[in-house]
Amino acid sequence: MTPSPAPPSSSADHPIRAEGLVKSFGDTHAVRDVSLEVPAGTILGVLGPNGAGKTTTVRMLTTLSVPDAGWARVAGHDVVAEPRAVRRRIGVTGQNATLDENLTGRENLEMVARLGGASRPTARSRAVEMLERFELPHAADRVVKGYSGGMRRRLDLAASLVGHPSVLFLDEPTTGLDPTSRAGMWDIIRELVADGTTVLLTTQYLDEADLLADRIVVIDQGTVIAEGTSPQLKARVGGERLQLVLSAPHPSVRDLLAPLAAGEVVVDGRTVTMPVDPVPGLATTVVRTLDGAGITVDDVEVRRPSLDDVFFALTGHAAEPVTADDDDPLPELEGANR
Amino acid sequence: MTATTIPLDEPSVAPDSRIGDWVRDVGVMTRRNLLHIRREPMQLSDVTIQPALFVVLFVFVFGSAMVIPGGTYKDFAIAGMLTMVMVTATPGTAVGISTDLHTGVIDRFRTLPMAPSTILAGRSLADLLSLVLCATIVAITGFLIGWRTDASLLSVLAGFGLVLLFAYAFSWLMLCMGMAVTDPESAQALSWLLVFPIAFVSYAIVPTEGMPAVLRSIANWNPLSSVSAGARELFGNPNPAAHSGAWPLEHAIPVAIGWSLLILAVTIPAAIRLFRRRTAD
Repeated sequence: MTPSPAPPSSSADHPIRAEGLVKSFGDTHAVRDVSLEVPAGTILGVLGPNGAGKTTTVRMLTTLSVPDAGWARVAGHDVVAEPRAVRRRIGVTGQNATLDENLTGRENLEMVARLGGASRPTARSRAVEMLERFELPHAADRVVKGYSGGMRRRLDLAASLVGHPSVLFLDEPTTGLDPTSRAGMWDIIRELVADGTTVLLTTQYLDEADLLADRIVVIDQGTVIAEGTSPQLKARVGGERLQLVLSAPHPSVRDLLAPLAAGEVVVDGRTVTMPVDPVPGLATTVVRTLDGAGITVDDVEVRRPSLDDVFFALTGHAAEPVTADDDDPLPELEGANR
Repeated sequence: MTATTIPLDEPSVAPDSRIGDWVRDVGVMTRRNLLHIRREPMQLSDVTIQPALFVVLFVFVFGSAMVIPGGTYKDFAIAGMLTMVMVTATPGTAVGISTDLHTGVIDRFRTLPMAPSTILAGRSLADLLSLVLCATIVAITGFLIGWRTDASLLSVLAGFGLVLLFAYAFSWLMLCMGMAVTDPESAQALSWLLVFPIAFVSYAIVPTEGMPAVLRSIANWNPLSSVSAGARELFGNPNPAAHSGAWPLEHAIPVAIGWSLLILAVTIPAAIRLFRRRTAD
């Protein structure tokens, strides 16, 4: 199979466009059919479990891997026909830090800037700018070998941005980071998008996609299984749910609550779950109704569907399976052998 | 890049800047490798301390038992020692490229608009600079223990050039070897397996006349022997093989240059192909 040629005209307002990407490694069909579009200045979240094909997709979009079929245009250029033109305009941060361990932070940034085409003085000033932006000036002249995991990630992202790319690919940028570093990374990503950068971000964290992404593509087993905004995806699993825990099981609870529910009332011993419409005072009405029948309630919770629920509804399995594969190395191993 | 589909809002890059870009990128990559050496100066021991030690040990230990027709062992030995220590310094190249391929930094390079050949050229240029350092150390050590040349300065410099050319070609062979094996440890082990017999079954540190017939033929046709003989000729040092009837040693200079160019002609394209294979998926 050869990649089919991209159509000559690509809408300038979608810096990332891919159609029907396919990639196999021997008998492993890493990516079966992935199409996506990212409007300029927005974040697309690519959500999927380990081994879903997220990394392979990013590698094709960033010219590291040639698709078996399909095409992709990034920043106006075909990734197969014009890889150099694409590379001039993109920044890439993978799951593993792609830094030279024996150079200092500053030397790494200057090297990457120079290789991106900057003159020596420009490379120097951009390195300083990035070190300050990523709060690394104290570590600027230390060898990367001695950096912590969080510092490495920040420097890696700095290296991706030192050439001022218009399109940024972040492959699981926060995997293995502590909560503080994650929040810091999110702030940086939001700032970049506010400045007009177009971002494609892969993640296996549902909250991350929920918080950051303008649109979300859900990938499972190499195929796009859903696409939309976070609220749209959540709407696919239905609305809010009221969950009650009774002090003791009661035979007529189902009949009492049926008029108040927006669907079937599920009773499981002391636990009652019912879909509800978001009506003001609903929880109060429910509790009063039960109280009137002499039923006491220990716990009430209104649950909105999370992306976890979406993922489960779409794929039939949970978002984070137990099997790990080479698509996503275990975070705790990162940096250990460097 | 092909210029056919560049949208108007994208800055285009003049095609004539590509050679300039290549030269700049090789410079950046060379600097990177030199910075590595500065970080870990012990990496340089195989082109500094080790050659000096070898020269002194061999000259005084072997030299005490060696009779060289037409001169002293000291004057005979330096050209061969130079060849030997330069070649035994090249396994570092195999280990270096193998280590590079094992770290994520290669993926960073591949997302940058640079030619893959600049990575190889940068390493090879940095290695050439350390080989020049190695040659200087051998020359100084040799001079200090009493080695003298008997030729014009130009001829002596040509002798160093001949050895340097061969060692440089050999470092490309090592570059290929480093990329052909899976990890730096294998690269280290395999390159030494190659270098040791080549260094010792040769005319580098002993005359070949005394060797058993089979070994002598192998030694006479060993490229290292021609390089050593060529350097002896250009230094004006004792060179008994010049009249030994061994063709590759009697025509040492053209044979040495021929070997070097042949190795380069085979290994440079092979290295680029191996690099592509190792980094493609």
